[in-house]
Amino acid sequence: MANNIMNWIDERFPLTSFVKHDLTDYPTPRNLSYWWNFGFLAGIVLVLQLITGIFLAMHYKADVAMSFDSIQHIMRDVNYGWLLRYMHATGASAFFFVIFTHMARTLYYGSYRAPRELLWWTGQGLLLLLMATAFMGYLLPWGQMSFWGATVITNLFKATPFIGDQVVIWLRGDYTVGDATLTRFFALHYLMPFVIVGAVVIHLVALHSVKSSNPSGIDLAAKDNIPFHPYFTIKDLYGLGIFLIVYSVFVFFMPNSLMEPANNIPANPMVTPNHIVPEWYFLPFYAILRSVPNMVGGVIAMGLSVMLFAFMPFLDRSRIPGGARYRPFYRLQFYLFLIDMVLLGWVGYVHPTDQTILIGQVATFVYFASFFFVPMISKMEESWLIKRGLPAEVMVLIDSEANEIAKKQLKKNQRNGVQS
Amino acid sequence: MEHENPSGGNRRNFLIQLTSVVGGAGVAAACVPLVSSMNPSSDVLAKAETEVDLTGIPPGGMHTVAWQGKPVFVLHRTPEQIKESQASNGVIDPEADAKRAKNPEWLVVLGVCTHMGCVPNKEGPGWVCHCHGSVYDDSGRVTHGPAPRNLEVPPYHFLSENKLVIGKA
Repeated sequence: MANNIMNWIDERFPLTSFVKHDLTDYPTPRNLSYWWNFGFLAGIVLVLQLITGIFLAMHYKADVAMSFDSIQHIMRDVNYGWLLRYMHATGASAFFFVIFTHMARTLYYGSYRAPRELLWWTGQGLLLLLMATAFMGYLLPWGQMSFWGATVITNLFKATPFIGDQVVIWLRGDYTVGDATLTRFFALHYLMPFVIVGAVVIHLVALHSVKSSNPSGIDLAAKDNIPFHPYFTIKDLYGLGIFLIVYSVFVFFMPNSLMEPANNIPANPMVTPNHIVPEWYFLPFYAILRSVPNMVGGVIAMGLSVMLFAFMPFLDRSRIPGGARYRPFYRLQFYLFLIDMVLLGWVGYVHPTDQTILIGQVATFVYFASFFFVPMISKMEESWLIKRGLPAEVMVLIDSEANEIAKKQLKKNQRNGVQS
Repeated sequence: MEHENPSGGNRRNFLIQLTSVVGGAGVAAACVPLVSSMNPSSDVLAKAETEVDLTGIPPGGMHTVAWQGKPVFVLHRTPEQIKESQASNGVIDPEADAKRAKNPEWLVVLGVCTHMGCVPNKEGPGWVCHCHGSVYDDSGRVTHGPAPRNLEVPPYHFLSENKLVIGKA
C-alpha cells in the first residue's frame, strides 16, 4: 500500500529521488569534524525562533502604550509565556553564537575558497538578514535599551549623502522612534524570518551543488564520500543534544544573563541611559563605529567590518589547498583575528574613556589590517611553504590546478583567435 | 505599407523597449504610495508646536520639554555662562553665540546629540553625551567629538517675556 502511494507520487513529483539525492544518499566527506555541525544547528535555531515567535505574536501588542505591558503580560499571565519569551530571547543569542562559529569554521578551514564563493556570499547575505531581524526584534519590548538602540541605529542612516535626515524620518515614520516605528518593526520582524527561510533554501542549493568542504581542504575523491544518512544524521543529532543542553541551561537557569537590566525600564524618549550597549553579538561592530572619530567614517567602517568577509575569496591568494590547517601564518592570523574580535567586543561593552577609545582604535586598525594583509601574507606563506618542501601529493594537486587554469586560458585564447 | 520584412528586428525591438520602459515606470509609480506611507502621518506632523512657560526656571536651571516627540533643552543662563559662551566661537563647528541664542539669557537647543541621536546629560559646563562621549558647551556647541555638529537650534519665538513657542520662528 505504502509502496503504491509512493509510486503514485513519484510519477507526479520527484519525491523519492529528491530525498535520495539531497538527504539520505547525499555524498558527504567522511572526515567532517564536529565543526561542520553548526550549519545544521543554525537551521534548528531558525525553526525554534519561528515557532516561539509565532506564538509570542499571539499575545504581543505593537503599540507604544501597550507593548511594554504586553511583555509583562506574557511573562506573568500567559500560560508558559515566560518559556516562550525566554526561548525566543535566548534563541537570538544562540543564533548568533551558532552563526559566528559557522563563519569561524569557514574562515579557519578556507571553506570560502573556490568553488564555494557563492555559498559564502549567500551566507553573508543571511548574516545581514539575521542582523536586521535581530535588531528590529530588540525594539519590540519597548524598554530603554530597545528605544535607544533603535534610535542610534536608525540614526546611522543620517550618513546617507544629501537626503540623510529625510531617510531617517522615513525609516522611523516620525521625528523620533515612535509608534509608527514600533509597528513597522513588528511587521518586518514577522516577515524577515520567512525571507531568511527562502535565503536558506538558496544557500542549501548552492551547498548541494558544490558539496561540503572538509578539514583537509582538498576535494575528496568520490570513494571518500559517505552517505549523509545515517552517518551525519546521527552526528548532527548528537551535536544537537549537546547544543540543547547548553541552550536549556540558559533558558531555565540564567535567562536574564544576556539581557540588559535597563530594558526593564519602559522606553523614555526624554532620558538616555548613561550606559547604552547593544546586545553582545553587535558589540565588536559597535566598537568599530565608536572608534572612528568622524561620524560618516564610523558608519562606513562599521558597514565594511561586516561586509569584508565577502572579499575573502579574492583576498586569499595562496595556492596551498585548504585553510589554516596546513598554513601556519594563516592560522596565526586567524587566532589573532579572534582575539581582536573579543577585544573589540570588550571595548564596545565598557563605558568610553580615553584609554578604551585608544584600545578600540588600535583593535579597529588590526581588524582591517588583518583583511588588508591577507593577499600579501598568503602569497608569501605559499612560497615559503613550497621552498620548505610540501608533500608530493600537494605539489601534484597544485600543479594540476595550474595546468587546468593554463588549459582554460589556452582555449579562451584559441576561441578569441578564431573570432578575430 | 512597409511589410517587406515582418521579422526585421527594428519594429519588434522598439515595441519591446517601449513596453519595458512603460512597465518599469508603472512599477515605480506603484511603489510611490508604499514608500510614501512610511513617511510621518498627518497626526505626527500635527505635533509641530510646543508652548513653554519660563517662570519656573531659575537662573542656571534647565528644563527639558518635548517638541515633535524630541527633547528640547531650555537653559536659563547666568551672566557667567553667557560671558563664557560669548567668549569663544566653539571648536569643531564654529558659530557665534549671538547667532544661537535670540535672547542671551535663554538658550533653546534640541536635546539630541548630532552624532547618533542620544540625549546628552547636563554635566559641568554644558552637556555630555554618554553614548559616545561627545561634549557640548553652554551654547550647545560641540567641543569634543565624535558629534560633527552643534546641537540644533529649533525655530522658536518669545510670545511674551515668560512665554516661549517652539516650532515657529
